[in-house]
Amino acid sequence: MSSKEKTWKEVSIAGICSKSSVGFMTGDWKTYMPIRDLEKCTTCLTCVMFCPEGAIKWRPEMGKIEFDFGFCKGCGICANECPTKAITMKLPEEEE
Amino acid sequence: MKEQLKQETSALNGDEAVAFATKQCDVDVVAAYPITPQTIIVEKFSEYVANGEVKTEYVCTESEHSAMTACLSASLTGARTFTASASAGLALMHEMLFVTSGSRAPVVMAVANRALSSPLNIHGDQSDSMAERDSGWIQIYVENAQEAYDSIIQAFRIAEDVGVSLPIIVGLDGFTISHTLEKVDTLPDDAVKQFVGERQFPMVLTHEGKTVPFKLDPQNPMTMGPFALQNYYFEFKRQQVEGMKNALKKIQEVNFEYSKISGRSYGNGLIDTYQLEDAEIAVVVVGSTAGTLKVIVDQLRSEGVKAGVLRLRTFRPLPVEELQNALRNVKAIAVMDKSISPGGLGGAVFSEIRNALYNEEVRPNIVSFIFGLGGRDTSPRDLRKIFDTLTRIAKTGHIEKEIHYFGLRE
Repeated sequence: MSSKEKTWKEVSIAGICSKSSVGFMTGDWKTYMPIRDLEKCTTCLTCVMFCPEGAIKWRPEMGKIEFDFGFCKGCGICANECPTKAITMKLPEEEE
Repeated sequence: MKEQLKQETSALNGDEAVAFATKQCDVDVVAAYPITPQTIIVEKFSEYVANGEVKTEYVCTESEHSAMTACLSASLTGARTFTASASAGLALMHEMLFVTSGSRAPVVMAVANRALSSPLNIHGDQSDSMAERDSGWIQIYVENAQEAYDSIIQAFRIAEDVGVSLPIIVGLDGFTISHTLEKVDTLPDDAVKQFVGERQFPMVLTHEGKTVPFKLDPQNPMTMGPFALQNYYFEFKRQQVEGMKNALKKIQEVNFEYSKISGRSYGNGLIDTYQLEDAEIAVVVVGSTAGTLKVIVDQLRSEGVKAGVLRLRTFRPLPVEELQNALRNVKAIAVMDKSISPGGLGGAVFSEIRNALYNEEVRPNIVSFIFGLGGRDTSPRDLRKIFDTLTRIAKTGHIEKEIHYFGLRE
């Protein structure tokens, strides 16, 4: 264990987190990535509402949907729910 | 020094005594599912709720797993929480028992100890809570209905202590205590309320950098029950050990403080000894059987036999030092277990007692007596035979048989 990590006497009890999860990427172990076809996307925001991780953000000021791949776990719910089939789940190597 | 208070004498069975104590402890949430022989506790308590005698939120759940989950969640919001279970119900809670202790939620639970299936049996033995030995719960076992009442009141003080912050089981032998009517002295409502006091919270550092009381609060958000892998899980387990260590001290303090207002104490809160000081032979036991053993010790003493009893009141945390001090000079010890570990070396309590004494310079001879399974009656006449066995061992220094199945047809 690295010396930076706290001892049992230093950490708060019951695993209460002393750091925010914003800086802790939870989406770096996904297998499939949602890839959006901008031609088909109608910006209906269905994917934004269905994403269980809040990893799809609606930016009204830009009129854009953004995927945050740092938190997207690749579950595929967005692709499943998309009414125009604009999202497909692909392996990273298929993307190119 | 506080003055001993005037008390009311009632005829209550163990379950009713537990329900009445819970009523007096100003409990916020009770979530439970009835199971024999605990049923009277939750039935009686739900009557208090229906009659408006308590302000408690009573949650009828669809299973014990849900009951413990509801208790854990309520407790984490800062609510004083109580539940009760037994046997299969406690077994169904198994997963959530670990989550509750790991989350440091001071839930108080009465367990009316009962055998586990199969074969199906509703009667009293301690297999259910002994199987939860490593779940991280404090375990106190009582001798009678009076102690059941007193221990529930004490349990809230112990569990909610900031240095302890652990859930607690108060075990009462099924039927022998749970359903037997006894004389129970109860304290006035306000005295109990004052004794138990307001719930206290340890302080924790949150992700916002604030140090706040450990409870779910929208004003001070925090992450509870998170993920901790190879890098931190071990540290949190070690903290639970420390909570247990603190409980050793707290249980004794609370036992002493309670004696000031009630006039009743149970040994030092951890072990309750009887005629043990100069004893050459002794029986170690958990629960109601201790009462019968004390009567036999009186008979033996009148015949000149130096016999004693040690009732292990607190099983978790195990009072190792107290056990060593109390037992090191005894020549022969029988440890009685009202539970069985098939394939193991003697009963659960036997293993702990022998373990505690292993590194002593002079070790007493120790034998295991498995007894009372599925509620099998253990008569005073039978119990006397255990002391006869011990006398033989003390005289010869030789153990003929290490593990005895006591009261079994062979």
